[in-house]
Amino acid sequence: MLKDITIGQYFPGNSVIHRMDPRMKIVLSIAYIVMLFMAKGFSGLAVGVVFLAICYGVSHIPVSLILKSLKPVVPIILFTAVLNMFFVEGDPLFQWAFITITKQGLSTAALMSVRIVCLIAGTSLLTYTTSPIVLTDGIERLLSPLKKLHLPVHELAMMMTIALRFIPTLIEETDKIMSAQKARGADLESGGLVQRAKALVPILIPLFISAFRRADDLALAMECRCYRGGEGRTRMKQLKLTSRDIVGAIIVALTIVAIILLNIFFPLAIA
Amino acid sequence: MNMEQERIIRAEHISFRYQDEQSQLVLDDVSIDIVPGQFVAVLGHNGSGKSTLAKHMNAVLLPSGGTVWVHGMDTRNEEHLYDIRQSVGMVFQNPDNQIVATIVEEDVAFALENVGVPPAEIRRRVDEALQDVGMYDYREHSPHQLSGGQKQRVAIAGIIAMRPDCIVLDEPTAMLDPKGRTEVLKTIRKLNREHNITVVLITHYMDEAAQADRVVVMENGKIILEGGARDVFSHVEELKAVGLDVPQATELVYELKRAGWALPDRILTEEECIEALAEAFGL
Repeated sequence: MLKDITIGQYFPGNSVIHRMDPRMKIVLSIAYIVMLFMAKGFSGLAVGVVFLAICYGVSHIPVSLILKSLKPVVPIILFTAVLNMFFVEGDPLFQWAFITITKQGLSTAALMSVRIVCLIAGTSLLTYTTSPIVLTDGIERLLSPLKKLHLPVHELAMMMTIALRFIPTLIEETDKIMSAQKARGADLESGGLVQRAKALVPILIPLFISAFRRADDLALAMECRCYRGGEGRTRMKQLKLTSRDIVGAIIVALTIVAIILLNIFFPLAIA
Repeated sequence: MNMEQERIIRAEHISFRYQDEQSQLVLDDVSIDIVPGQFVAVLGHNGSGKSTLAKHMNAVLLPSGGTVWVHGMDTRNEEHLYDIRQSVGMVFQNPDNQIVATIVEEDVAFALENVGVPPAEIRRRVDEALQDVGMYDYREHSPHQLSGGQKQRVAIAGIIAMRPDCIVLDEPTAMLDPKGRTEVLKTIRKLNREHNITVVLITHYMDEAAQADRVVVMENGKIILEGGARDVFSHVEELKAVGLDVPQATELVYELKRAGWALPDRILTEEECIEALAEAFGL
């Protein structure tokens, strides 16, 4: 049962977006976030929404996945919407006791909600279309200029890779330990929260000990394969920007220009 | 060619004790030479010092006394550390704990990336190594989708991609099922025969040791028997005295001889055993 857990939210595919360079995808995701905040009115934001919808369409990601990734942020969206609704000053639409809802408040609330939804859906697209390992690789290479500032970029990426590598192994191990403890009469399923938490101790302790042992073995195996940190290391897989990455960048740039133009010529809704 | 190049590994009178345990010597005056192209099995049960000896062969451990040379380089000399580790690769018992990357081919490339081989050359050597161990079709799999035997073969590919002269395998089959054991052993023998890679196999399985050119038996940190598989396994009583078995065929012949049957010495394989028995029974 534990084996079925998926790591990250990678949704394998072979679309143009899947095959783009991870570095470009990361940069463009950041550009998209900036784009969302540049759009001052509904017209600009509409461009952002349409752009994202097209991206999802191209990458064949099912809509149900978007809804799934939005679920945990619903309270945040509601919270910002309500705050904006009540506290933005302007022309009152509705008034009762001390509660005032203004026209401007309502539109800001709507604007913010759409923005957050796009923000989550947009960044999720990055993790849906990029496997964790490729993503780590992309981050390592994007951050590599920071090595000059003595930031341990390679080491961080290596840690991420090893963590990803060992998640399935440790999950399997947890499963085994749970069965072993159940066979000895451990009760993992009944009782209140505190009792269940206590029941986890005999699972976690062996798991930790075994993880340390594995770490020791792995370190030895890495040393035997001449590992000595990031210095002087080469990579088998070279990342190369291809025409599809350039085209992607141009499309995003054009969308941003469109939003700036819309901001100037069609500043719909709030000032 | 000078003397040093004729032997890949030369250990002379090495002894070893862990710092925190003052009493017992784990290795006690052990000398061993590993000649290129040989398939050497080191046999012994738990605590006999066989794994400790193996770890001396690529400078994972340094001897407390005596010297180990790899291609004439003293393992104490840190300057040569990575040269030594590139010429003597090491495979460990637990396949799960020696695979670093999340994709098979990336893992095989790991050692080559570490020593700074150019990307195109890495690609070529990785494909070659994966073909040599018969795992090329799985190159894009993630390690946790593989069986134990397959994982161990990937680990071996990760070592041979470095193009070492010698691989030391520390009980590589101890955690595998019979099918995995056969796979791994077949791979090891293929590498030894076809690619002329010297193999040092640490094991406690008699049938694995029986396939080696040379068998070294260890007990209490000392080498007690050494020689061709046939010679070593003919010392049935000595082996039994230290708690080791002999291959089944050898044991059967030994027991029959004790019961008074006239059978030849030095029987190792089942076929030889059948032949000898057929002759003895006049079939």
